[in-house]
Formats: sequence, structure tokens, C-alpha cells
Amino acid sequence: MKKFAVVAAMATAFLGSTAYAAELEVTHWWTSAGEAAAIAEFAKVFEEETGNTWVDSALAGSGTGANPVIISRIIGGDPMGATQMNTGRDAEELIQAGLMRDLTDIVADLDIDSFYVDQSLLEPCRYEGGLYCLPINIHSWDWLWLSTAAYEKIGQPVPTNWDEYVASWPALQEAGILPFALGTGWPINGIPGVLMAGIGGTDLVMQVNRDKSADAVRGPDFRKVAEAMDMLRSVVSPETMVPSFGDAGNQLLTGDAAGNIHGDWLQGDLQIAGGVPGEDYECLPALGLGTQLTGGGDSFYFPVLPEGTDPAVIEAQEQLARILISPEAQLKFNLVKGSMPIRTDIDLSGANACMTKALALLDNGLLPSGDFSLSSDTQKQLEDLNLEFIADDNITVDDYVERYASIIEQAD
Amino acid sequence: MADVATQQSRTKTAPHRRNFFSKLFLHNLSAKIAALPMIATVLVIFVGCTIWTVYYSFTNSRLLPRNEFVGFDQYARLFGTSRWNVSITNLIMYGSMSLVLTLTLGFLLAVLMDQKVRFESAFRTIMLYPFALSFIVTGLVWQWIMNPTLGLQGTFRNLGWTGFTFDWISNPRMVLFALLIAGLWQGVGFCMILMLAGLRGVDEEIWKAARVDGIPTWRTYVSVVLPMMRGVLVTAVVIIGSGIVRLYDLVVALTNGGPGISSEVPAKYVYDYMFGGGNIGQGLAAASMMLLTVLIIMIPWAYLEFGGKGRR
Repeated sequence: MKKFAVVAAMATAFLGSTAYAAELEVTHWWTSAGEAAAIAEFAKVFEEETGNTWVDSALAGSGTGANPVIISRIIGGDPMGATQMNTGRDAEELIQAGLMRDLTDIVADLDIDSFYVDQSLLEPCRYEGGLYCLPINIHSWDWLWLSTAAYEKIGQPVPTNWDEYVASWPALQEAGILPFALGTGWPINGIPGVLMAGIGGTDLVMQVNRDKSADAVRGPDFRKVAEAMDMLRSVVSPETMVPSFGDAGNQLLTGDAAGNIHGDWLQGDLQIAGGVPGEDYECLPALGLGTQLTGGGDSFYFPVLPEGTDPAVIEAQEQLARILISPEAQLKFNLVKGSMPIRTDIDLSGANACMTKALALLDNGLLPSGDFSLSSDTQKQLEDLNLEFIADDNITVDDYVERYASIIEQAD
Repeated sequence: MADVATQQSRTKTAPHRRNFFSKLFLHNLSAKIAALPMIATVLVIFVGCTIWTVYYSFTNSRLLPRNEFVGFDQYARLFGTSRWNVSITNLIMYGSMSLVLTLTLGFLLAVLMDQKVRFESAFRTIMLYPFALSFIVTGLVWQWIMNPTLGLQGTFRNLGWTGFTFDWISNPRMVLFALLIAGLWQGVGFCMILMLAGLRGVDEEIWKAARVDGIPTWRTYVSVVLPMMRGVLVTAVVIIGSGIVRLYDLVVALTNGGPGISSEVPAKYVYDYMFGGGNIGQGLAAASMMLLTVLIIMIPWAYLEFGGKGRR
């Protein structure tokens, strides 16, 4: 690698970087309308500033469909120039196997520690002193979305926290409104974490997600979370579930359903469907109870390219890495994507009402989400458990707690 | 004539021990050389990969294969997981129903088709058509048809039959039957074609003889023709059976394992844990169990079929 770096440096010195226009393949799973527009912002800045070509390889199927493809390509010796993945432990073994590029030197002069809004974001990227990825936005699951239309129908004010929301369920059901909208499949998986942060509190999240304490799961605080799941189960049935989380968003806008817990990316769909925050829907971060959000997000990784790769491509990797976290690209990308930027030293006056609420909570620090601290294997087991619990009334709250505890016990 | 006689007498005498190796390697040498690539493929790809699978199912490999052995831990976890146990039960239920119904319906349709009907080839094409569709397309089509709000149920309710209920796809107790309908729709045509070929292979003389003896038609089919179709039946069972064990895409397209985990199948567990969960060890343990299931069924059958007195 060193040899190539030298060659690249010499080439740059003699010819100037613009003379070497390289093609850099970038894989990601941003395929929905809003997401595709956001990634195009990155591509535009990259191509304008470096003269290189951004070869876009969008993969369908997000974390469950695209992630395996990305990982197989890297393991199989056909790495792309750069790839998006979720911030967290998905790429852990790839980093340990030396398949990802160490970015420490590339961003050394940028002093990233000073502008990253939360240091916990960078933790999954660090391994044995190296830096192997760059988080480029912050996502949070911790949102309760409420339908203004539904509460107008029953003549009640829109709830301001989880408890008020639960109290309004009987009136909603009487009016024939679905209290809780839910898409089939994975959307259920983020909900226990949100309930844990909102109802259980910061300590519980720390004990379960970070310390992996099975005792905390068996304790009284987690029980409240399990009971909240049980309540959700009573108003959700397979017949009322909609195919995707976007459909659940539509139910909120029409007033067919009153509420939904989902990540902030739901807002992209709500806005494309014409919803205005504060008028058509309300958002309650951390269920209106907590003061901290659990943070996840997306990161960019730069795989180690095989020997014999054009040095210009390797240089393009470096240029892209620096551009992704630059103030200009961060601003353009995140305003389109609707996610929070990783740096707050930029002008965010374009942020909407919900994003402003989230930015205010960012100052309290982020809580570690399941993505950060639990392996994908453990997350998969929890997902199976949640799916089973929601659909099958024969599983008692005690069973749920016990099985959750035993998964956390074995977690690594 | 003398040559033929000696050859016959030689094959009749039991092969001597020292003849065994020369016969194994030298007899018909050119054919054996020609078969070498195939043998290598079988050994490396099929046997080799199978051994690799079983080997790594005893390790704690996660995203990448690792040589750290953990004994039967992966298997213990597998059978302690309710999703796996549900998957196995589903496969047995779906498999037995699918096998019996595909064979029965396929045979009945073939018999009907065998009655010298007009436009036979047109009917044959129509019946075989679903087989040309992939399971993904089949699953999506039936997902639309069985969707409670958009499909049959919604249509009939809109027409005024408000009591009509067909919500199998979202009913944990009925979802397997929803899978079965889609699976049969896709697979019966192919089984019918196989059976029809078998029926056509039966000599016309046999039918004449049965008619002369005054045996009823149904009786001729069951007692004479069916046993004569043994080869076709075995082929059909093997093809249907292997389709059942690897059942995956239909489930993904039709229900994605839902509602909850009530229509999960083993192949989906393998995929989800190997790629979604990044746990190769667990996925391979599940794959090894699938292999074992197949072997438990195949070995006694192969013994009966090919072992014994060397009928074939």
C-alpha cells in the first residue's frame, strides 16, 4: 500500500490531481425517492470538486438485502471504492480481518474529534487505534408520530407524551380509528428500544445495551417496557398491519390510525406525501418522556483495494472521505435526507420543526442503540422474538422477559 | 454363438477378489476417463462442500469462517430457538400435505387428460403454465389475491357479500394452507405432465386385456397401471420432495415468514442467520440439520430401491 501512496503522491506532485480523473464505485441502499435525491448531493459535490466520476451502485433491500451483497463483495475480493453501511457492528469483522482502509492519516488534519457532535458515533469506527469509517448522519428510532386528523375526529387534543397517548386508545377504538399503525416485518424491531429509552430511562438502556445485563432485563424497569409491548399487542393484529412503514405513515395522514413509533426517516415519506409537521402530524421525540435519543445512523467505509488498482482511484477514496464530512456536503445531504448532520457548526436554519426538536436533544448526548452495542446475530434473535410476541398472544409478558434476558445473556 | 455362451457363463460366476480392482479401474477404461470430470465435480463441489458445511457447523464462525470448535453448541442453540422449531413443524406439515396432494391431483388430472379429450395440448399448456413462473412471481400473484383488503375477500365484500372471509394469509393458523394453495397451483401441472408421460408409456394391450377380463377402469388404473408407473412415480416424488425441502422463495414472496413467525421454513432460517445475522456457524448448523432430514428419508428408500437383491 505504501508503494501506491508514494506513486500517488508523485503523480499528484507532477501532474496535478485533476489530470487523473478516476472512477469510484460507491455502493449504498438509498433507493427511495428522498434518499436517492440525498445521495445525489454527495455525488454532485464529489464530482464538482475533484473531477472524478461517481459510479453509483444502489442496491435494493436495505440492511437485510443490500448489506449481505456488500459484505460478500468485500469478502469475495471484489471491493467497491466506498460503501455506505449502518453505523454499528455490521462491519466489525471486516475491519478486524483487515479488509477496510484505515482513514486515520487521511483525516488527520481535519481534527474530527472537535466537530463530531457526539464522540460515541465514532466508537464503532475505531479499532486498535485506527479509524475505519466515517459516520455521515445521525438517525434515531425514538419518535412517536401522531395523527392530528385522528385526534380531531375524537375531539381530543393531540397527546404530549406516551401516557396520554395510551389513555386515548379506548376513545380512538370507539371511533373506529386504529390506535397504533404498524408495517409488517422489521418495523416492530425498533419499538422495544424506543420504549426502553422512553419508559425505562437512560439507566436501563445503558445496562441492557451496553453492559448486556440480563438482571436488568429481569428487573422492574424492563418489565414496564414488556408491559407496554403487551399493550401494543392488544391493539395491533396481523389484519391491521400494512405492508410497509410508509403505508403506516399514510394512515396517520388520513387519520385512519392515530400513532406510530418509527425512526425519523418516516418523516421523509410523510413530507413527500404532503404532510406538514405541526399541522398534519405531530412528533414526540423519546415518547415525550425522555431527554435523550438513542442514536444510530449511516457510515461510509472504504475497503482496501486489491494490488494493482489505479492509484488515482485510491486517491479518489481519500478525496471522497474528506468531502463526506465537509460542512458543505453535510448541509446539502442532511437537509434533503431529513437526518441530523454529524456536525452542528453549520447553518441549519432550513431544518423543520421535528428536526429542530431533535437537534435540541442532541446536546444531552446520545444513548447507545442496539446497532452500536449488539452484534447483528443478537439483533436478529431479538427481532424474531419481537415478531413472535406481537403475533402470538400465548406468549406471556413473563415469557417475553425471560427470553429477552436469555438472548442478552448470550449476547457478545 | 460360442462367444456369447462363454461371456454369459463368466458373468454368472461370482467375481474373484483379485479381479475386483482390475474390474473397477480397467474394465471399460475409456468410459471411466470420460467420466472423470463428472466424478471430480461430484467429489469437490457436492461432497466437498457438504463436508465443509458440516465441519464449520461445529465452530463459532460469525461473518468469516473460523476454526474454533464449540462442539454441539450451535445445535443446542438451534433446537432451543422457537423459530427453528416452528420452521421444522411447518416444513413437515407443508411437506406431507404438498407431497400427497400434488401426487394425487397430478395423477387425477393426468387420467382426465388421458381420456382422449379434444384440445388436449391446449389444456396441457394451460395446466403447465404456472410451472413456467418462478416462485417469486407465484408468491406475489397469490399475495395480491389473498390480501384481505385488496384481494378476493375485499372484492366479494364490495360486491355485497359482507360475510365473506378469506384471510388465511394473515391468520397464523391458516397461513400454511395459503402457502399450500400457491405451491399446488404452481407444482401440480408439472406433476401431471410427468404422470401423463407415464400413462402414455403403458402398453395399449394391457388395457385391452383388462377390458376383456371385465375389470373396471378405476381398478385397472389403481392395481395395474399405477404399479407399472413406478419409475415415473419415483421421479415425481424426488422432484416434489426436493422442492419441498428447499422451500424458500415462495415463503419470502407470499408471507415473508409472517404473521409473526408462523410461516417460517428452515431454508429461510439458514439464509437469515448466515447473511442477515452474520452467523455462519448457526446457519450451517441449520443447513446440516436439513441435510440430515433428507438423509433420514433418502437412505432407507435408497436401500430398498437399490440394495437388496440388485433388482436394477
